[in-house]
Amino acid sequence: MRQAAAVARKELRQIARDRRTLVVLLVVPVFFLLLFGYALNWDIRHVALAVDDRDRTPESRSLVAAFVHSGYFDHIGATDASHADALLESGAARVVLVIPAGLGRDLRLGRRVPVQLLINGANANTATIVAGYALVILQSQPREAGGSLALAEPPLAPAPRVWYNPELRSTLFLVPGLIAYIAMISAAISTALSVVREKERGTMEQVRMAPLDPWMFVAGKAVPYYAVSLASGLGIVLAAMALFGLPMRGSWLLLLLAVSLFLFAALGLGLLVSSVAETQQVAFQLAALLSFLPTMLLSGFVFPIASMPPALRAVTYLVPARYFLVALRAIVLKGAGLAAFWTDLAALAAFAAAALALASVRLKRQWG
Amino acid sequence: MTAIAARELTRTFGPFVAVDRLTFDVREGEIFGVLGANGAGKSTTIRMLCGLLAPTSGAATVAGIDVARDPEGVKRRIGYMSQRFSLYEALTVDQNIRFFGGIYGLERRKLEERRRFVIAMAGLEGREHMRTRDLAGGWRQRLALGCALLHEPPIVFLDEPTAGVDPLSRRRFWLLIDQLSASGVTVLVTTHYLDEAEHCHRLAIIHAGRLAALGAPSDLKRLFRGRSMLEIRSSTPIEAMRRLDEMPEVAKTSVFGTAVHVLLAEGQPADPAGLADRLRRGGVDVAAVEAVQPSLEDVFLEVAERTERP
Repeated sequence: MRQAAAVARKELRQIARDRRTLVVLLVVPVFFLLLFGYALNWDIRHVALAVDDRDRTPESRSLVAAFVHSGYFDHIGATDASHADALLESGAARVVLVIPAGLGRDLRLGRRVPVQLLINGANANTATIVAGYALVILQSQPREAGGSLALAEPPLAPAPRVWYNPELRSTLFLVPGLIAYIAMISAAISTALSVVREKERGTMEQVRMAPLDPWMFVAGKAVPYYAVSLASGLGIVLAAMALFGLPMRGSWLLLLLAVSLFLFAALGLGLLVSSVAETQQVAFQLAALLSFLPTMLLSGFVFPIASMPPALRAVTYLVPARYFLVALRAIVLKGAGLAAFWTDLAALAAFAAAALALASVRLKRQWG
Repeated sequence: MTAIAARELTRTFGPFVAVDRLTFDVREGEIFGVLGANGAGKSTTIRMLCGLLAPTSGAATVAGIDVARDPEGVKRRIGYMSQRFSLYEALTVDQNIRFFGGIYGLERRKLEERRRFVIAMAGLEGREHMRTRDLAGGWRQRLALGCALLHEPPIVFLDEPTAGVDPLSRRRFWLLIDQLSASGVTVLVTTHYLDEAEHCHRLAIIHAGRLAALGAPSDLKRLFRGRSMLEIRSSTPIEAMRRLDEMPEVAKTSVFGTAVHVLLAEGQPADPAGLADRLRRGGVDVAAVEAVQPSLEDVFLEVAERTERP
């Protein structure tokens, strides 16, 4: 124990002394949080809207006002049937709202009134989202005389209700992924680098000359990086709550448990990399490849796992962030209890145990 | 008393035989030098003796413990200092000492006592809070030795400890080694500095993984007993060597800078003036010819060459 403590103390001192590691552990997370939090979201705002108002009644004007006040649309001007196509084609307008003549009268008579929305569908994602916004606006119009608005000829009228994130703010969905991403970077990469640096500089050889069990060495390495990464991870959660209004509906204890298990998985991965790589450069690239990319692409952070081809979906079972994200979203957004995601935590624990054990075995073999 | 005993110690890496059936004993309190060219197998030997590398065959005991059976037991009883500076450069002198004391499991009070000893031994008073990165070579090296001695090992292994250190610091370092030996610590040191080798009580010359010679430096020089050695100073040593090689009484020549050492065949009397004359007559510039004592370097080269002959 005294030996592991000596390793841990030395490691903390090195972290404090080493500017590069500190940057990786503390500055990069903040940078990523701000970058992704503000820049990376799927919310579409300032959609250029042109209006072809063939009704020109208080009702039609109030409908246009509703679009503008929603905050999603910028009214760029009026148009008519002959110019609408040109506006869309040139990109001056992304959406043209066509209000049929007689809208005000029909609404007052309690009729269902179709309005037409012409959307530039070059970007299918955006088009779908914009159509969604428009539908919500139409449905939320006051129904003074029992009349209602609808998009023109919808074969079925969907009635989506969004839970947990009613404003459909993608930030809330992304921040948990961000936490996973950042924790993975700081834990896996910095751990891998710290071990490989010792190999490169020859200090490893000196340490191996001591009657020190490799497990003690691994423990002494893991604990400081766990502590620093945990602080950094929880810091991100708090920052996301303050900056992006991330709710924290569940138990802090469960959050701590989930983050801890995930960090151990990341540390195990880092140690595993360090047992393979001989230079810091290789270690960095390998750790990045094994942590950044899968966490970004295969965890459900950015791309939903359900929409992946089966082969790729199978690979996601090996990505610890996948399990962590389920648990994290459940705790933070839903306030769910352990019953909802214990299998994910179990999978995380299994991954962490396997990675740490494999790393120790490999290290022991090299240790001599 | 035997501190280290190697018996037919062998290590292969694939088809390459790095260490080939080494057998030797190191006595307690002795300074035992291992001399060899780069790649001769010195480091591999040390790594096996320290329990870092398992022998392919053969056996070795260090402090009475079988290195293959109980490498951890061996590690507890030895200190090791490598040819590279292997302390943490970002940490201070004190922090390095505390770390190595910690991984050797020293108690707080014992560690404090040893820390003071190491600081005093290395002459680092007042530099305890300097980062080792900022220390000059000699201090670093003495600190590294100190860290290897924290747990008071009866045996220390020094793997080319003075590589890249200035002559004055090397001298001071060897004074420390002498003191260690005087206090009963066994020192096994590898080097390729021949002046350092002169300092050892006994020397093992290793060539191509094999033990080529073993003995006190003065004994090793007796290798040339009955044969004379002449040193020829010349501005054209290569030309001189070519001429000398053609002479029947010359057994071997080797160039040392601007000098050529000539080993005469057995029974040939040394005649410096005559040799100088003959060379000059052959058109070679000769500044001086004199009879010299063979140096360890001569011994080393001779021994290495003999090992290579089938």
